[in-house]
Amino acid sequence: MTAAAVSVARPGERAAVGRIGFGPALRAEWTKFRSVRGWVIGMILAAILTIFLGIFTAANAGIGCQMNGGPVKTGKACLPYIPYGPGGEVVTDSFYFVRQPLAGNGSITARVTSLTGQHADLSNGPANSGQNVPGLADWAKAGIIIKQSTHQGSAYAAMMVTAGHGVQMQYNFTGDTAGMAGNVSAAHPRWLRLTRSGDTLTGYDSADGTNWTRVGTVQLTGLPSSVQIGMFATSPGYTVTQSSFGGSNNNSGPAQATGVFDHVGLTGAASGGTWTGTAVGGGGPIGAGPQGNGASAPPYTRSGGAFTITGSGDIAPVTPGPGGGLPTVTVEQTLVGIFIGLIVIVVVAAMFFSTEYRRGLIRTTLAATPQRGVVLAAKAVIIGAVAFVTGAIAAVVCIAVGIPRAENNGQVLLKPPLITDVRVIVGTAAVLGLAAIFAVALGAILRRSAAAITLAIVIVVMPFLLTALNVLPATVGDWLLRLTPAAGLAIEQSIPRYFQVATVTNPVQGYWPLSPYAGFGVLCLWVAGALALALVMLRRRDA
Amino acid sequence: MSNVSEVTGRGAAWTEEPGCGDEGRWHPTAPRRASGITVALHAEWTKLRTVSGPAWLLLGVAVLTIAVGAAATGATHCPQGMTCPVDTTRLSLSGVMAGQAVVAILAVLMFSNEYSSGMIRVTLAAMPSRVSVLAAKAILLAGIVLVAAAVAVFGSVVVGHLILPGHGFTAARGFHTVWLSYGPTLRAACGSVLYLGLIALMSLGVAVLVRDSAVSIGVSLALLYLFPIVLAFIGNEQWQRRLERWTPTSAGLTIQDTIGLKGLAITPWAGLGVLAIWAGASLVLGGLALRLRDA
Repeated sequence: MTAAAVSVARPGERAAVGRIGFGPALRAEWTKFRSVRGWVIGMILAAILTIFLGIFTAANAGIGCQMNGGPVKTGKACLPYIPYGPGGEVVTDSFYFVRQPLAGNGSITARVTSLTGQHADLSNGPANSGQNVPGLADWAKAGIIIKQSTHQGSAYAAMMVTAGHGVQMQYNFTGDTAGMAGNVSAAHPRWLRLTRSGDTLTGYDSADGTNWTRVGTVQLTGLPSSVQIGMFATSPGYTVTQSSFGGSNNNSGPAQATGVFDHVGLTGAASGGTWTGTAVGGGGPIGAGPQGNGASAPPYTRSGGAFTITGSGDIAPVTPGPGGGLPTVTVEQTLVGIFIGLIVIVVVAAMFFSTEYRRGLIRTTLAATPQRGVVLAAKAVIIGAVAFVTGAIAAVVCIAVGIPRAENNGQVLLKPPLITDVRVIVGTAAVLGLAAIFAVALGAILRRSAAAITLAIVIVVMPFLLTALNVLPATVGDWLLRLTPAAGLAIEQSIPRYFQVATVTNPVQGYWPLSPYAGFGVLCLWVAGALALALVMLRRRDA
Repeated sequence: MSNVSEVTGRGAAWTEEPGCGDEGRWHPTAPRRASGITVALHAEWTKLRTVSGPAWLLLGVAVLTIAVGAAATGATHCPQGMTCPVDTTRLSLSGVMAGQAVVAILAVLMFSNEYSSGMIRVTLAAMPSRVSVLAAKAILLAGIVLVAAAVAVFGSVVVGHLILPGHGFTAARGFHTVWLSYGPTLRAACGSVLYLGLIALMSLGVAVLVRDSAVSIGVSLALLYLFPIVLAFIGNEQWQRRLERWTPTSAGLTIQDTIGLKGLAITPWAGLGVLAIWAGASLVLGGLALRLRDA
């Protein structure tokens, strides 16, 4: 009468008899996984399709050019000189610089009384009307700067007034600190001061030239003794972005900014020198450049103590997407194939649990391992690990093969630090692993593959799609990418969002509404929630 | 002896082409040519209406389509003084992009559920002409999806018609009203209904080919959503146009475009035609597989 023996056993005794360790449960689930040929093939297929799609996308983004009727060139040969900043990032470094050398320590003080500008007329669509109209790009800027040399990409610190963001202190392209708010005008001038003491540069601003506020202090390590000091003006292109169904529409045209300076004072070894005007990186007025479409204004005039300086370009890091002016590629752009990988892995993972219900195997499984939590955990660990490894292999191959091909085709790689590369690869693999665990949990909750797969694909893939393709307006799309599991893909964002550069927030351009780890956290919460619900359902329901 | 009858039944199906007219040998109870498909239709209809799943999914098509369309129109504004390059008709119908997922699931389950439950063997024993079974399922599926799609699309048009003028998309500023009296909108609306029907047929073909419901759903959703994602990322214009012209969703949804028609990679009706080719090819392949394989 074994049945009687079982029926009289106390719960504690039964647990002691029936408890199966986590190790054997893991081994059992691993055996189940590897012995179903379709699942193993599915995982290999996921990796192959991810790699194929990623490399196909990267390899087919080429540029071509033709100079003055010369031979048609493609790829790398078409790129202009690419400056790199002190931090190794690709930068734009074009502005009009009225300068003199500074040897050793010193400072510059100037009063800015006006910031005006012109940009291409975009009111009738793309910039081919040939007319400039008055107006300023949001980040048009003019101010004082101390820069290592006139070489593009060299170290610098600057105090500036901007068109839309008040006074800012910027340094080495990526650094930005806000100073006084409000726009500059003759009635509300802005006094700016920048001092150098060794490697330390300090910026001050003032409304009246008497009461000064320190805006920031930066260390420019390795700044040589002799540097350039002076005033500058520049303006990024004027862009009108309109997102409409099926894509965002960027109308962009050149723009210039004109700053008027007076009360210019120098201290230190620089005082008394002569001023020289230099268009760093071709950053003169737009009328003077090759793309100019109006009468050329003089880049720099001086009458008495007043300087009027006009420049174009920008002093900022290059960001992905339109507006950067360069064909760029980021590491995550080679990972677009993750979506096909995601779909395949979700299918396999959902079946990993729900097939047991269809075949009745679940009763054998639960008889062998009565603790249902252990079964769920073992399945989650196995499928998560397999998906993680698959994703990691695919991501490494995509980046290792795709990036050199994209660069050969003339794309400029916006290279992140190595640690970010690692985060992108491990993060991509982890997203696939978590998506697989999510699908397993859904399989346990819904017990039917079709429903589990549909739900998993719809809530993981669809938000990205609806947002990336501008099916939904940006506000709705951003919320979807904050709240749904698709937020986890933010872990792939390799280029930070810079406050001082106007960028389009769209995952296709590489920008997510949440920071990488916050987005990843949202995905983790979803997975944890699904696992908890699955555990409750498994315990409460009969198999 | 069911095996024998199945095999001979398939032989009968093979000769059951127009003009052969000898099917009476195998179907003494169905002497007339038309009755094969009629009986199959009746059987499929009974199967369909006696489970609750399809009804819920059809409701889901309408609700999801209208809801996403309402969210999209509700969040789009055209401020005074701005030029807005918005295709108001396409915006109103954007829920189709989401609703098609439910349509695909309905189509897949309609066939693969029979495989997972083993019902397919009963079906084929009762109805040995496999092409008739598939045809009956396709006709019924198309019928119910078209009805649900008509409700969904009409609902979306009504929502767009009511919401958009209040958001700056007025006739005074050059936006046509989203209503069926406007020719391009009527074309987009009718085309969207047909689009959902064709998506259903394409997914049905996938389900017949693949058989397993889980894998079929994966393949169908990948067909619907993968190409648009690739399209968003690919930089090469030549490939962009190729994909816009030849992939099922991108080509098919051009039927919703009412502005900028000259810039399209493919004309609206030709785009819907491309989707029809996908659906047809998928059904033909599925039909062949159904004939050639054991159930």
